[in-house]
Amino acid sequence: MIETVIFYVFAVSTVITATAVVTVRNPVHAALFLVLTFFTSAIIWLSLEAEFLAISLVLVYVGAVMVLFIFVVMMLDINVARLREGFVRYLPLGLLVAAIMLGLMLSVVTSDVFVLDLASEPVPKPADYSNTKALGGVLYTEYVFAFEIAAVILLVAIIAAISLTMRKRSQTKYQNPTEQIRVRKADRLRVVKMPSEDK
Amino acid sequence: MDLANDLWNWLHEYVQFTIYSGVKALSILLPLFIVVAYYTYAERKVIGYMQIRKGPNRVGPKGLFQPFADMFKLMFKEIIIPTNSNRYLFIIAPVITFAPAMAAWAVIPFDDGLVFSNINAGLLYILAMTSVGVYGVIIAGWASNSKYALLGAMRSAAQIVAYEIAMGFALVGVLMVGGSLNLGDIVNKQAGGIGHWFFIPLLPLFFVYLISGVAETNRAPFDVAEGESEIVAGFHVEYSGMTFAVFFLAEYANMILIAMLCSLMFFGGWLSPVPDLVGDGIGWLFGKTAVFMLLFLWFRATFPRYRYDQIMRLGWKVLLPVTILWLVVEGIAVYFKIGPWFV
Repeated sequence: MIETVIFYVFAVSTVITATAVVTVRNPVHAALFLVLTFFTSAIIWLSLEAEFLAISLVLVYVGAVMVLFIFVVMMLDINVARLREGFVRYLPLGLLVAAIMLGLMLSVVTSDVFVLDLASEPVPKPADYSNTKALGGVLYTEYVFAFEIAAVILLVAIIAAISLTMRKRSQTKYQNPTEQIRVRKADRLRVVKMPSEDK
Repeated sequence: MDLANDLWNWLHEYVQFTIYSGVKALSILLPLFIVVAYYTYAERKVIGYMQIRKGPNRVGPKGLFQPFADMFKLMFKEIIIPTNSNRYLFIIAPVITFAPAMAAWAVIPFDDGLVFSNINAGLLYILAMTSVGVYGVIIAGWASNSKYALLGAMRSAAQIVAYEIAMGFALVGVLMVGGSLNLGDIVNKQAGGIGHWFFIPLLPLFFVYLISGVAETNRAPFDVAEGESEIVAGFHVEYSGMTFAVFFLAEYANMILIAMLCSLMFFGGWLSPVPDLVGDGIGWLFGKTAVFMLLFLWFRATFPRYRYDQIMRLGWKVLLPVTILWLVVEGIAVYFKIGPWFV
């Protein structure tokens, strides 16, 4: 009973916050709503007994990815009035994308493959069952190649992103910490002895 | 007594559970608030003596009522909301900092089995909760509509992202040698005297964890988010009265949390260093925590503030390579089952 209540409370708040992400005007508010969406979906995952994935969702997406997002969004100088333009212009394209998405989802939900009746009700695992251990066991044995390919792709993406943005600019001044530390008093300070002058 | 018993049994199971958990939570949080109050007093006294001053000594005997005087002062001060600030986010920001700082205490074991919630993924939960706290700082900085506050929030965001990775990797090391994410199991794995504690095989990771713990709590010498000499008070420059006090409370609760985690994960928690002479007990945990809490104050009295770019350099180019290197070393140690730790 309580599981059902928890599910509906957080499912409804996920939908509301996810809608708010795309409807609120202010980009910072939108990003914060996205954080809330991650939180509520993490709780739904928790109720599915996927505690490792739920906590990782909070840790990775809320704790790191969205911090960077908000970091960038906060620094943008956004003109809210300009954001309101072009709604009608992009409406047909938006409607087309929405229709395609809706069609895809309906085809999945109504097809014979994903009918709920085909699967029996999952049995809750005992309290000492470790989701983390099970996930690690599968990830590093059965799916080790897929896992490593994903890791390498991510590495390539990181290197590509860095090499695209890294360029030497002549005006930029770089600091060399080793040089800074190695500086001695005699390198920068010259004590000048002068006789006192008569007035 | 019978009446009370009947009344209790008459309540619904969920209501009983809620009351029971509430009492348990309060029995952790109320002592925590008292410790926070006297930690601020200890900070001023200890730093005072380190700098050959007396520290607060006017309110009560030896200034012992000073925390309460400060608390009442903050409670009765007006909460000023800046014009053109984002009102709602401005008020909610201290709450967002405070709530995860309190929630993280749910999985801390104080003695063998003496824990509010004995979950499998305890370590992960703590890492997640401490990383959420930064939103309070960021939102406070943005909602204040002030340049100084925004600068503080920016610095804080970059710093947290940098140091959380090093912190996470240090915890991976603890996880490898402990073989569990449950904090109670990690402590019990260290049983058998001081030679079995994890700080010996994980010494570099312990230092990385301690340094990033100080950075994560925005304490000196990493307190650039506050940086009173450059940006006045950073993210909480516009906060006054109780809203400021809530930030303050969260910061000190986080410091105590980091101190306690250090003693749980690296120094055997409630285990006695010489189990043949003295028994284990909750007193050991509190003693070890107190030493780390003193370290926080000592750092503040000793070190000058890091320059911002040097903080970034330390996080990315020193701490992170050290942790990754040590994880490789540890992997080899696990493979060859070295010492009393990796068996």
